[in-house]
Amino acid sequence: MADTNYDVIIIGSGPGGYVTAIRAAQLGFKTAIVEREHLGGICLNWGCIPTKALLRSAEIMDHANHAKGFGLTLDGTMKADVKDVVARSRGVSARLNGGVGFLMKKNKIDVIWGEAKLKKPGEIVVGKPSKPAVEPQHPVPKGVKGEGTYTAKHIIVATGARPRALPGIEPDGKLIWTYFEAMKPSKMPKSLVVMGSGAIGIEFASFYRSMGVDVTVVELMPNVMPVEDEEISKFARKALEKRGLKIITEAKVTKVDKAADSITAHVETKDGKTSQIKADHLISAVGVQGNIENLGLEGLGVKTDRGCIVIDGYGKTNVPGLYAIGDVAGPPMLAHKAEHEGVICIEKIAGVDGVHPMDHRKIPGCTYCNPQVASVGLTEAKAKADGREIRVGRYQFNANGKAIALGEDNGMIKVIFDKKTGELLGAHMCGAEVTELIQGFVVAMNLETTEEELMHTIFPHPTLSEMMKESVLDAYGRVLNA
Amino acid sequence: MPINITMPALSPTMEEGNLAKWLVKEGDTVSAGDVIAEIETDKATMEVEAVDEGTVGKIVVPEGTAAVKVNELIAVLLEDGEDASAIDTSGGGGAAPAAAALETASATDAGAQEVIPVGAEAATAPVPVPKGADGNRIFASPLARRLAQLNGLDLKALSGSGPHGRIVKKDIEAAVAAGTGKAAPATAEAPKAAPAASAPAAGPSADQVLKNFAEGSYELVPHDGMRKTIAKRLTESKQTIPHFYVSVDCELDALLALRAQLNGSASKDKDGNPAYKLSVNDMTIKALALALRDVPDANVSWTDDNMVMHKHADVGVAVSIPGGLITPIIRRAEEKPLSVISNEMKDLGKRAKDRKLKPEEYQGGTTAVSNMGMMGVKNFSAVVNPPHATILAVGAGEKRPVVKDGELAVATVMSVTLSTDHRCVDGALGAELLAAFKGYIENPMSMLV
Repeated sequence: MADTNYDVIIIGSGPGGYVTAIRAAQLGFKTAIVEREHLGGICLNWGCIPTKALLRSAEIMDHANHAKGFGLTLDGTMKADVKDVVARSRGVSARLNGGVGFLMKKNKIDVIWGEAKLKKPGEIVVGKPSKPAVEPQHPVPKGVKGEGTYTAKHIIVATGARPRALPGIEPDGKLIWTYFEAMKPSKMPKSLVVMGSGAIGIEFASFYRSMGVDVTVVELMPNVMPVEDEEISKFARKALEKRGLKIITEAKVTKVDKAADSITAHVETKDGKTSQIKADHLISAVGVQGNIENLGLEGLGVKTDRGCIVIDGYGKTNVPGLYAIGDVAGPPMLAHKAEHEGVICIEKIAGVDGVHPMDHRKIPGCTYCNPQVASVGLTEAKAKADGREIRVGRYQFNANGKAIALGEDNGMIKVIFDKKTGELLGAHMCGAEVTELIQGFVVAMNLETTEEELMHTIFPHPTLSEMMKESVLDAYGRVLNA
Repeated sequence: MPINITMPALSPTMEEGNLAKWLVKEGDTVSAGDVIAEIETDKATMEVEAVDEGTVGKIVVPEGTAAVKVNELIAVLLEDGEDASAIDTSGGGGAAPAAAALETASATDAGAQEVIPVGAEAATAPVPVPKGADGNRIFASPLARRLAQLNGLDLKALSGSGPHGRIVKKDIEAAVAAGTGKAAPATAEAPKAAPAASAPAAGPSADQVLKNFAEGSYELVPHDGMRKTIAKRLTESKQTIPHFYVSVDCELDALLALRAQLNGSASKDKDGNPAYKLSVNDMTIKALALALRDVPDANVSWTDDNMVMHKHADVGVAVSIPGGLITPIIRRAEEKPLSVISNEMKDLGKRAKDRKLKPEEYQGGTTAVSNMGMMGVKNFSAVVNPPHATILAVGAGEKRPVVKDGELAVATVMSVTLSTDHRCVDGALGAELLAAFKGYIENPMSMLV
């Protein structure tokens, strides 16, 4: 008889789940992971990774379109072949999907294929998925365990999230898209309406705009990417509009009329004005919601709140032996938050020394539109709302040598310090490569540096990172190159 | 640029010293490591070495000058190619204190350095990198250091919850919330002074000690916790408590006779074990407790704000155990019969040797007795163990010639020395306490009523 008893079973193999499984195996736990659709979850199959592949195509397109400014002549025209762009994106995803399979094998983690349902504490039944898989799918990895009953001392729910749908504007997969369809267009649309300007909405808007599509973004809040610092949002908006993106804020899509091969979105702004936008498709990007259904949570009396499982600082639910991490355990719904939460959870279970609950203020966020946006910590508005006295430093890309040399001189970096203690409260950026720069401030924040250590740190020249130091200097009236 | 040589601080607490002797004269060339002067403090004479090379351009403070303030300019060193005319333009005249360009063989690490002050409201003074009690660096995040300074906390008094015990913001916030970890007022008010002016001065470093001995001629045994505590507490005591000592001889014959009588009349259980067996030490404890009851002004503890007047005499008794000593306490000893004191002492002494005492059994107390009579010691002085204000050092009872009624006679005599904290027990008060003690020892029947 096959061994069906484990120390740890993780439900869901997204970035949170599979990283937790590896850490569990490292800690000596006999570990299994349940997956119903695709190893690596949304992140590397339908989210973070394949979109970055698409956006890379867009970036090269943008560069090519500006080649002349760099003294280069492109003989002929640059054209996007949608099939090949999508195929490359799927290929990138496939490679990483296979990579997760390899990591499971390497760490001796059993993969159980199917959908898990909690039967009673410490026991799950794995059966057929309750929803059809998104196509196309990578092949089911070899050597997986099948349907049946499995037991474990510790069960960690890491089932992630899915696109949220607005009533009346439900995605149909044809005219109204979610990120699934937006990621694999069979032909390039001529026009799009993007509903929602969070990271997902704005990245697709940016991608399609680079591909020459007429894109209109409709956002309910006053600013695009509403979680970002207002100044940065406004800066980004200007840059995006300069690229030809149409943005309507403080507005909502009230109704979508569908024709044979187009939609008409009825948009109503805050002041009551209505307008209609005709487009080939509408992308619904109004957020994601936790996958808490069909898990048997109700049967065990697991506490949930606003569509997410309620946990303590270490991923524990109100049911002994049951834990939750990642998107299903609440916002921010980010892969790196899920990974960290999972590691904290399993290390706490193992009794590793020095495990602390996650500090939500130190979770960075990145959006890969053109120009990119990245941030960590408090926005200026939030810092003020918290009653902090602050010092704000800013630095513009147009005064940085490397940025000018790259031809990427539109961008800015903004830092926020506590006036009294010099604590770095937040850092916000918009511009080329800022998604790679932000980590410098994340490390600084995590090590609890003050402005002094940042000022004493040598930043290499010539780099974009020099602007980070200049922004810190600016906060203290000591900016050099401005 | 000419290099200013300033009066070095030979210890963290040194404020001034005497320039005893110059070993170089103007025009001499010196190189790093050369001894150039001798400085005298109230404690010692130390040699000063040059850390830079150059020519002695000017000796500002002549030898034999007393009370030269630390950091005062004492000489100017010229670098290669400079002549004395450079000195006047260097701005180094008078008392302009430059960074001490000197180090001395015994200069201790005063710690404060490393940080450059920035924005005025962010840091009013450089945040020193503090050292732990064992001289090791304290790991704390920069933010935690600054928050500790802003809140007047002593990092040494905090424990860290970060990786490898690093003190982080959270720990400071917890300390602030709990009201713990306050730095000594002097440190909080004058952060520019050497860290924790009241902290024990560091002794010579391990290297400085070890270089006196040939390698291989010794073995290094790491300190255990008890050894560290003894070192810390007694160093602190000797450095912060102004001790003075009062000695007296007590005749023991009456006490020994009473003791024999009491022990002889102890009831026995069915196995023939007596209910008690009093020792001279038990009676000494009782006598000291009663003396403190009679002279309550001496039953005190010092705090900077108040005199702590104790209502009972809790007598700590130094018990020597392998690897150190510990001081279990007989609480309310003035109220307890000798038999109770004796039996309690036997129990505490045994558990002390087994290292089984609970903290509340050895922490606190209002005075202490240290008895080395059983080792044949005639007389010694003990170190006050705070929060006590007194400690009685007890020597051996021995037959000595004494003069009685103008005649030479033989009596059993025990010398005792009372060490006191002069901040709260003055000389006359100490003498009064000792007289009361002597009264009980020499008229022991009074201890029974």
